[in-house]
Amino acid sequence: MSATFVGMPAFPTAAREALGNAQQRRNLRHATHTIRDKRARVVAEVDDWEELRVAGAAIKDHVLTHLDTYLEQLEESLTRAGATVHWASDAAEANRIVVDLVRATGSQEVVKVKSMATQEIELNEALEAAGIDAWETDLAELIVQLGHDRPSHILVPAIHRNRAEIREIFLREMGAVGEPAPAGLTSEPRELAEAARTHLREKFLRAKVAISGANFAVAETGTLVVVESEGNGRMCLTLPETLISVVGIEKVLPTVADLEVMLQLLPRSSTGERMNPYTSMWTGVTPGDGPQDVHVVLLDNGRTSALADDLDRQALRCIRCSACLNVCPVYERVGGHAYGSVYPGPIGAVLNPLIRGTSSAVDKSLPYASSLCGACFDACPVRIQIPDLLVRLRTRVVDEKRGGLPSGEEIAMKGMAWVLGDADRLERAQKGSELGGRLLRRRTSLGRLPGPLSAWTDARDAPTPPEETFRTWWKRERG
Amino acid sequence: MSDATSGPTSAREAVLARVRAALAEATPADPPARAYGHGAAVADVPALFAERVADYRATVVRVAPSGVAVAVAEAIEGADSVVVPDGLPEEWLPAGLQVVHDESLDATALDRVAAVVTGSTVGIAVTGTIVLDHGPGQGRRALSLVPDLHVCVVREADLVADVPEAVSRLVGSVTAGRPLTWISGPSATSDIELERVEGVHGPRTLHVVLVGG
Repeated sequence: MSATFVGMPAFPTAAREALGNAQQRRNLRHATHTIRDKRARVVAEVDDWEELRVAGAAIKDHVLTHLDTYLEQLEESLTRAGATVHWASDAAEANRIVVDLVRATGSQEVVKVKSMATQEIELNEALEAAGIDAWETDLAELIVQLGHDRPSHILVPAIHRNRAEIREIFLREMGAVGEPAPAGLTSEPRELAEAARTHLREKFLRAKVAISGANFAVAETGTLVVVESEGNGRMCLTLPETLISVVGIEKVLPTVADLEVMLQLLPRSSTGERMNPYTSMWTGVTPGDGPQDVHVVLLDNGRTSALADDLDRQALRCIRCSACLNVCPVYERVGGHAYGSVYPGPIGAVLNPLIRGTSSAVDKSLPYASSLCGACFDACPVRIQIPDLLVRLRTRVVDEKRGGLPSGEEIAMKGMAWVLGDADRLERAQKGSELGGRLLRRRTSLGRLPGPLSAWTDARDAPTPPEETFRTWWKRERG
Repeated sequence: MSDATSGPTSAREAVLARVRAALAEATPADPPARAYGHGAAVADVPALFAERVADYRATVVRVAPSGVAVAVAEAIEGADSVVVPDGLPEEWLPAGLQVVHDESLDATALDRVAAVVTGSTVGIAVTGTIVLDHGPGQGRRALSLVPDLHVCVVREADLVADVPEAVSRLVGSVTAGRPLTWISGPSATSDIELERVEGVHGPRTLHVVLVGG
């Protein structure tokens, strides 16, 4: 299992801190609204969008319920095409395989294409421990890496940074690891992108080894697909001699034809474009073109834990588009770091507890990081029932706790059930709350309650009780 | 599950065993009931293609077959060196143009070349996408990547309306083991405040010559 970010507190604690960062909230609001509007425009252009969503979900469900067959077919196709296939049960195994492959080339550095799977297994840390420099080449990943920061969004990991912050990071950090940023660098996005181009070009031209993930892996042909925008992906997939791709086992598609569905769903949902600037497809080794030493690491790392149950399995349909993040009212306000994982937002709130389990404080709290408004399901291109999954996971977290000493919340809930179970008891309780309401007349919310009650009010605004309850009003008016 | 003393075969067996155990009780789902290969209907495919490519802030010119060389000459004006792949039709190049022929130039040598002229396999109208399968006239992948200006000649006969038709046409290239590069406009990023900037690592200028007839 991959670790949560080191020392990560439960979601409510991390969220409180994030909410206090006004700059980050402004950056996030601007970014999520911009991208959700773009997505809505390009999705509206497609007449058969709902049909495509249904087909996308069906393709994934079919693959996942026949996963052993398709994985074996993928392995056979890749091998026939000249690639070497490796299998990894968990993060440690995958990292060991990759480190050994890089060492065998004699290279002390690798260039990397943005890849969620390699972030999930913390490959960069493993490479660093082995004395190998890993250069992130996606602009946002570069910003995160140079800023000694953590990604906060699946598609745009530096979404929490604005242009002024990025300029400072480039001026301060680039020189230490290669081509420095030009002295007169301004905070114009065009100039910042130019600085990244110059900084990375020397690395692309000399790199002997590249590491990527894959958006899709076609079983019938052994073709891997990487979808990107900047051309850093093409550089990594084309120029080096050795290419190592770490691919989650849920990325398999049966046929090339299935790409007609996915290549319509993904770009429109992800960047809000009709098509992303560059998509690369390669099938093992092509003589005279691109890397001649090609490796694919098939990664489980907890995915099979979500495979048995019909509802859990839906989470494995995810194509990492991040549309659910951009429409989520919770993500928009707290940002990605509070989720304690490289998979933030609504999909992270289900995927992390499913593949990592619910033993850590943050994974236990993630199913509650939602208002269950359902916007994530509406935006999801493969129709993952995220709200249903969240409710199911909440049940699981509660069930896992049963049997020990009851918590304050459980005692309060039991008391509440007793009060609500009888009309007279409820009426007497409400008389008490009317008195409270009259005492707190000028306030709209209770604020922080003392002692153990603070556990409830720390993450919620509890309204002050009304001065008159509905029952009293009904008796007065109609009784 | 991981065991440092076990070889790759056991990791493979461990993963497949977990998959099979998880699926033991699962109801197998059918593949989608879908008519593959059919996308949106488009009235004027070349016009929509030209419009959608231009939307990405690429340059598009439409010419008759006899006008390709002139259009290419205009596109590469100012570029001090031009590389072309083997198999590019001679008549697409301006007479007397000095070109570098791709004889497995290394990346550093390619980085000193200003422009590249290639053909293409398929163009998609709805998305404004050009697909190269890197066959004759299209060159290996690095050729249309490293130079900063990509002039790409697209024949109207190679245009399709939508993505499904394109995938159908490209299945043969993929099963033959050819790599594919799908290009929709110049290299771009929206990583800084979601503001789109054209031109990061791939060619910063994409110039499309659409040939009628």
